[in-house]
This record gives sequence, structure tokens and C-alpha cells, in this order.
Amino acid sequence: MINWFRLSSPVSFYPIAGAWSYAFAVLAALLAGVGLVVALWIAPTDATQGDAYRIIFIHVPTAWMAMFIYVVMAGWSALALGFNTRLSAMMAQALAPTGALMAALALWTGAFWGRPTWGTYWAWDARMTSTLILLFLYLGVIALRSAIEDPRRADRACAVLAIVGAVNVPIIYFSVQWWNTLHQGSSISLTAAPKMAMTMLAGILIMTAAAWCYAISVVLARVQSIIVERERGAGWLESLIDWRAEGTT
Amino acid sequence: MLDFLAMGGYAWYVWMAYGAVALVVAVEIAAVRARRRRAFDELRMSLEPPSANALARAKDAR
Amino acid sequence: MSDVDASPSTAIVWALARDVRVALRSKGELGVQLLFYVIVVSLFPLATSPSRELLATLGPGVLWTTALLASLLSLPRLFAADFGDGTLEQMALSPRPLAALVSGKIAAHWLTTGLPVVVMAPLLGAQYALVAPVLGTLTLSLLLGTPILSLLGAVGAALTLGARGGGSLLALLVLPLYAPVLIFGAGAVDAVRAGLSATPHLSLLGAGLLIALVAVPFAVAAAVRIALD
Repeated sequence: MINWFRLSSPVSFYPIAGAWSYAFAVLAALLAGVGLVVALWIAPTDATQGDAYRIIFIHVPTAWMAMFIYVVMAGWSALALGFNTRLSAMMAQALAPTGALMAALALWTGAFWGRPTWGTYWAWDARMTSTLILLFLYLGVIALRSAIEDPRRADRACAVLAIVGAVNVPIIYFSVQWWNTLHQGSSISLTAAPKMAMTMLAGILIMTAAAWCYAISVVLARVQSIIVERERGAGWLESLIDWRAEGTT
Repeated sequence: MLDFLAMGGYAWYVWMAYGAVALVVAVEIAAVRARRRRAFDELRMSLEPPSANALARAKDAR
Repeated sequence: MSDVDASPSTAIVWALARDVRVALRSKGELGVQLLFYVIVVSLFPLATSPSRELLATLGPGVLWTTALLASLLSLPRLFAADFGDGTLEQMALSPRPLAALVSGKIAAHWLTTGLPVVVMAPLLGAQYALVAPVLGTLTLSLLLGTPILSLLGAVGAALTLGARGGGSLLALLVLPLYAPVLIFGAGAVDAVRAGLSATPHLSLLGAGLLIALVAVPFAVAAAVRIALD
């Protein structure tokens, strides 16, 4: 029976984060290796979109992760406010940069997919516009964190902001979809996939799993740094330092 | 090989997209590593270095 | 004071009356905010062209977006003074429910910032060659939307109390939350311009307003308590 509350102390969590970060990094590399082979070689060239469609294998994972990470960040934020645990807030803090980068990549890859396929880099379709606003929400949380001096106050303020944002994301998505269908006539989703062959679906799933493992690995590594930064007063940190070496443990 | 890089004429789009992902992944990993290094450096500076005896003992323990 | 009435409605009225009184003391500041709205709205035609057709197309978007910006400009004023002189802390400690007090303050903010925009908009809309039924929908959409802007903006104002970055940070936090209000508000006006009904847009705005009225003050109160820690 796992004592979850023991796990919520930075002391106990630190080594676990390190071990899992390494494990997920290896897993991510393996999955990405297989996924890229499928994406760039095995999957057949599409009849209508040519080889440009191969961008779907990185666009879908990044777009999905951008959304998913925000929900997870809001979840940790809710835990931080509800249980007042430092570690939950640190996890939310660690998730934001990765989520923002995923959102930015989703926009970039979407633009480079859009240009050859539909003639334009940016076309204000519902999903891309919502992803853009999602990026702004991420940047807001990151900006608020750096604008507040006291770390605990920043934890709580960013938690409130993340939750308010999470509640708004479905509303924003719905309103942008509404706006888009009105102005485009039909509901063409500019990021609609070509007809899914099994290979394509497999490739997308593998790359999404790779992205997921990568995100977990990076976020856990980042939270370790955050723990070291913020727990400086605590005595247990000293045991981590290898005084003989110049580098870190 | 050249056919592969050409991506059926869509080379610019495909490689700009995949290239960006590769770049961001590399930069993010480097940034997390750098943050870790900085965190430990600051930690080291904020603590009293161990006495000469402790250092010698640690060296022997290796 | 042990005889302070702690019911929500009196708290709301008390905070509302107080804030309106304070705001009316600096009528100049209120005038300047309204003037900002008028000037910016009048600038757009200079940047594009005075062609009536173009202006009529741009009009709803410009009038609505500028309303958003005007709301943003006035938000820091909502809590800054009370935060600075300790009144906000007193409010948090008093037996009056903080969510109610905060609602009163937000209502006062809307009366002094949002309502003037609602009143000015149809006059400015005439500059954009918008006809009477369109102007009517514009006014109604702003009437429903500007209170939502005040409510959502108050969350941002409370979160950024005592934070660096000032108005730009507030804008970054609040503008994404404003997006749906903008879409439905300006969309309502566009619909009427195209000869369609604005009922769906206005009902969504109305529903949003009701939900925001009930739910947002609690989020604002939580944010204020965080800022006071």
C-alpha cells in the first residue's frame, strides 16, 4: 500500500523523479526511433497530399500533448490549492514550459502542413486558433510565476490562473469553432487527416506515445531542479552534492 | 537517399517541421540540464564546504 | 464592529456605493478613460480608409476590441488603491463575505467604465456607417458583455496585485479569457449586419454573464486572499 502522502514530500520524491525521468527518456528514444521510421519510410506516400502529409506524425502528437499537459497542470494546481502541498505546485511549475513548447510546435508544424496542402501557412481554423490561445494561457502562467517574488504566493496565484484557464479552454474552443464555421461556410478542419491507413494510425500512436514519454521525462528532470532551487534551506540537499567532482550528481 | 530528402518535392515543409521539433527537443533538454547545473552550483555556494578531514575521508572512501 | 451586518446583499451594496463615491471624486480619470475609447475608435479609419463599406465591415470588431482594451486599462484601478492603504486586508478580515464585497467593487467598476462605453458605442457606431438595428444589437451585446469583461478582468487584477510587470502582464493574463466574449459579442453585431438573427450569440452572452456573476466573485476573492498573504 503506497503511502501517497509520504511521496508528496520533496525529499522522497527527488530520487524517484530521477529514476523515472531516466526510464521515460529511454522509452521515449525507443518509441521515437520506431515512430520516425514508420513516419518517414514505412508509411506510404499519400495520394492527394504527397509526402507533405508526413508532418501529421509530429503535428498530432504535439497538439495533443499541448492540450493534455495543460489539463495535467491544472490537475496538479488543484491539488496544490486543495492540499497546500509544495510538491504539487512544483509539478505544475515544471509542466508549464514543456506545455508551452508543445503548443508552439503544434502551431509551427500545423503551419508547414497547411501551406502545401491548403495553400496558406495560417488560416484561422478552429483548432489552430484555439491552440494559439492555449499558448497565450501557458505564457500567462509562466509570466505570472516570474512576476511574483514569494514562491509560495506564486504557487497559489499560478494555481488559480491555471484552473481558471482550464475552465475557459472548452469555452474558448467552442466559441472559436462557432466563429470559424460561420465564417468558413463549411466546417473544414484545416488539420483534417487524410484517410487513415492502418500504418498511418500506428505511426501517429507511436509518435504520440513517444511525445508523452518525452514530456514525462523532461518534466521530472525539471522538477528535480526546482526542488533543489526551492528547498535550499533543507539539510537533506547537502547529501546530493559530490564535493570532489565539479559537476552535479 | 536524395529521394528521401526531397520528400516528393515537399522537402522545405517536411524538414522545416521535423527540424523544428528536433531543435526544440535538443534545446529543451539542454536547458533543463543547464538549469540543474545552475541549481547545484548555487546550492554549493550557499553551503559551507566540508572540512579538510571530511574531504580526505571522502577521497579515501572512493 | 460587532454590529456589522454580514449579509451578502448589504456587503455588495456597501462596497458598490463606496467605490462609486471614490470614483466620482476623480471624474477626470473617468473622463480620460472614456476619451481613450473615443480616440482609439476614431483612429482606425485613419489607418485604413474612409470607405463606408470597409468601415461597416470593420466597425463591430473595432468597437468591441477597443472596449476590451478600455476595460484592461481601467482594471489596475480596481484593487490597487485599497491594496495600497490596507483597506483590502480589512475587507478580507471583516465578517462581511469577501466574495460579496468584491462583487460590489466589480459592479462599481462596470458602472464607471463599462456602462459609459455601452452608452458611447452607438454614437461612435454611426461613424462606422452602421445602421439603427445594427447599432441596437451593438449596444445590447456590449451591455451583456462588458460586465463579463469586468468580472474576468477582476481575476487578473487580483492575481497581479503586488506583482511586477504591471499592465502588460494583466493584459497577457486576461485577453485570452476575453476571447469568447469578443467572439460572441462582435459576432452578434456581424450577424445582424448580414441579415441573420443575433439571438444565439446574445443568449450565449447572457448565459455567460449569469454564470460569471455567480461563480467569478469567488475566484476573485480567492485571488485577493492569495495576494494578501
